[in-house]
Amino acid sequence: MIGMYTLFKKEILRFWKVSFQTVLAPVITALLYLLIFSHVLEKHVQVYPGVSYTAFLIPGLVMMSVLQNAFANSSSSLIQSKVMGNIVFLLLTPLSYGEFFIAFLAAAIIRGIVVGACVCLVGLLIVDLPMVHPFAVLAFALLGSALLGALGIIAGIWADKFDQMAAFQNFIIMPLSFLSGVFYSIHSLPPFWQQVSHLNPFFYMIDGFRYGFFGQADISPAISLTVVGISFLALSWFTLQMLKSGYKLRG
Amino acid sequence: MTPAIKIDQVHKSFGALQALQGIDLTIDQGEFFALLGPNGAGKSTLISLLAGLIRPSSGTLSVMGHDVVTDSRNARRLLGVVPQELVFDPFFNVREMLRFQAGYFGLGRGNDSWVDEVIEGLGLADKAHTNMRALSGGMKRRALIAQALVHKPPVVVLDEPTAGVDVELRQMLWEFIKKLNRAGHTIILTTHYLEEAETLCSRVAMLKQGKIVALDSTENLLKRSPGKHLRLKLEPSRLPESLQQLLRGEEGGFYTLVLNHAEQLGDVLTELRNADICVLDIQLIEADLEDVFVEIVGNRK
Repeated sequence: MIGMYTLFKKEILRFWKVSFQTVLAPVITALLYLLIFSHVLEKHVQVYPGVSYTAFLIPGLVMMSVLQNAFANSSSSLIQSKVMGNIVFLLLTPLSYGEFFIAFLAAAIIRGIVVGACVCLVGLLIVDLPMVHPFAVLAFALLGSALLGALGIIAGIWADKFDQMAAFQNFIIMPLSFLSGVFYSIHSLPPFWQQVSHLNPFFYMIDGFRYGFFGQADISPAISLTVVGISFLALSWFTLQMLKSGYKLRG
Repeated sequence: MTPAIKIDQVHKSFGALQALQGIDLTIDQGEFFALLGPNGAGKSTLISLLAGLIRPSSGTLSVMGHDVVTDSRNARRLLGVVPQELVFDPFFNVREMLRFQAGYFGLGRGNDSWVDEVIEGLGLADKAHTNMRALSGGMKRRALIAQALVHKPPVVVLDEPTAGVDVELRQMLWEFIKKLNRAGHTIILTTHYLEEAETLCSRVAMLKQGKIVALDSTENLLKRSPGKHLRLKLEPSRLPESLQQLLRGEEGGFYTLVLNHAEQLGDVLTELRNADICVLDIQLIEADLEDVFVEIVGNRK
């Protein structure tokens, strides 16, 4: 237990020591999105009756920050220590693959939630936001950050170089999060693209998270929760198998 | 007594490359052991196998009786490894890093005094709050050694601990490692400095192309050496025909001859006098581990 807790604590301190870059920077990015999109679209778009576009946008941006930062935490920590070579100090210890997984995952969740909470607080300064189902908000934030934290572990182990990691981020994480309905309701899309959106797990995370705030969503939150939950379990299982086999970590 | 290290018929291949081909080796507790061999002989592969960083293609390895594959948690607890590369975590200072490392082994605050002792012992005390990134090469090397000791492992493996280290620090590290050995730690080191193995280690294994080609006490290995070396500066600078068969090398005007026993010296001098050659300078050199090494590992026929 001490071993796992130490690794968790180290992973938290790792990002906290550079919080300017790991917390403040993503909050500023989200704020820029918020200012620009709400300025352009506030008067033209109303997604849900009675909900302003700015209010609609904030939960989406919060969740996007949660997801991206959870991914960034585990993936950048792993790729960095692999490239630097100091991952060896973890591999020499009696930490089991399960402890390794939980420590990295928990730290990713914390980073995601911290950044998300900061974006949310900044958003509240701009517009009043209801929170109809706080438990849904919490559940989707936790599950979403956990899912992306696990994905970050996979990417961190798979990538050998920083450019491979950048490819993972730019060709998988970014498109999936931008096309998930952060900035729009998928009902505004042509039917074909609505169908495609349903294949994107990020869509369910954003939609379910938003339901927690407004009590309305594009699809039933129960379906979203199920999809996200099952995706998380499947991805965790895959990550654990990867760690257990020693893929790319132990030859 | 359980051996500190027991290696049984270990093979390891990377694709077509057979890095280790049937290594058998037992190292007793309390030994000071050296693994020698040219680059690519398989020393680091063997260490990685012991540390569980890679897995053997076949065969078994154990640390204090615990198999490194099937009982890896216990094996790793009993082993401290100093990697060859100067790797470090750039986010933390020396003390933080060492406490984290101890924590990974399940040791809590109660171990902090030992961590401070290690910091003190390696002369890192005034660098304890310095970020790893800001340390000089020598200091990083010390920190690396400290990192391997935070969990008080009974068996310590050092992969070229003095590579790229200046003379003063090398002496200091030797003293420190000797102290560890006296305190009961089993020490295994790989090195390119044969002098290091000769002065420190009681037993030596020489590896060549993934096989152990010599395994004996340092003393016995030195006895296997081809005797003494005679270095001569001659005027005129030429060697009589009769002495050519003793010639080992020639550089800087000196001829190096190999003598199997001291009595040969008289014969050599007589031959030189007969050939009217003057001896300007003469040195008699004891064979050292390097000669044995060259003899055994080198490609000399």
